[in-house]
Amino acid sequence: MTEPTRIRAQVQGGKTTVRVLMSHEMESGHRKDGSGKTVPSWFIQEVTISLNGKVILDADFGPSMSKNPYLQFVIKGGKAGDKLSLSWKDNKGQTRTDESSVA
Amino acid sequence: MKSSFTHNAERRDSLKQIAILSGLLAGVGYSSLAEAAYNKAAFDSKSVNEAIKLQGGGNLVESKEVLLNAPDYAENGAAVPLGVSTGLSGVRKILILVEKNPANLAASFEVSESIEANFSTRIKMNQTSDVFAVAVMADGRALFSKKEVKVTIGSCGG
Repeated sequence: MTEPTRIRAQVQGGKTTVRVLMSHEMESGHRKDGSGKTVPSWFIQEVTISLNGKVILDADFGPSMSKNPYLQFVIKGGKAGDKLSLSWKDNKGQTRTDESSVA
Repeated sequence: MKSSFTHNAERRDSLKQIAILSGLLAGVGYSSLAEAAYNKAAFDSKSVNEAIKLQGGGNLVESKEVLLNAPDYAENGAAVPLGVSTGLSGVRKILILVEKNPANLAASFEVSESIEANFSTRIKMNQTSDVFAVAVMADGRALFSKKEVKVTIGSCGG
């Protein structure tokens, strides 16, 4: 099961600052568990963020991103009520999409 | 002869249907997934230079226009906060790389017209290392800044 992505977006001074927190283990594939066995890699690879249905940011992650990846970026313009959508896909092919509105 | 002719015609029809169907499927895949596929080679790369090249970056040039905001010391290598930004126009991608991590490339952001080349995130660091912020420009130049971040407790490793 996947947990929802938290998305917060606020307009200030003609720009919209977006903060997202994805919920994912982000196993690097280099860590060993208690019994000394390597934990297989399991991490988000692709993130797509859309504003009102149009893709505005495509990001690709490697295993060096922290557990529960955090991302902040800035949209030129934007207004309250605009719809944001974030989809991710991990290296096991699991996907998740969450939506939010600009405040 | 006649039977083989009709057979061929039928076959051609079914081939045409397959072609139309796969065209439709490809269309759906194209729009639901983003334009660029995951660049596995770049993320598997064991060299900073090679990873940047695989992401479309050409000549590496150090630049004060690319700002990397990173701590001098990271007490916890599991979550090192980083900020990368540039006011330059014509930025295609922003890359974050960690020289001494097993996988150098941490993230690649495609900068569209709707957003600024300004990203903050958190990365894992195995050990003290140089961190690179790279702006891949539309003309292929790869402008970078780097900073050493000292890690007191590592992550990633065992």
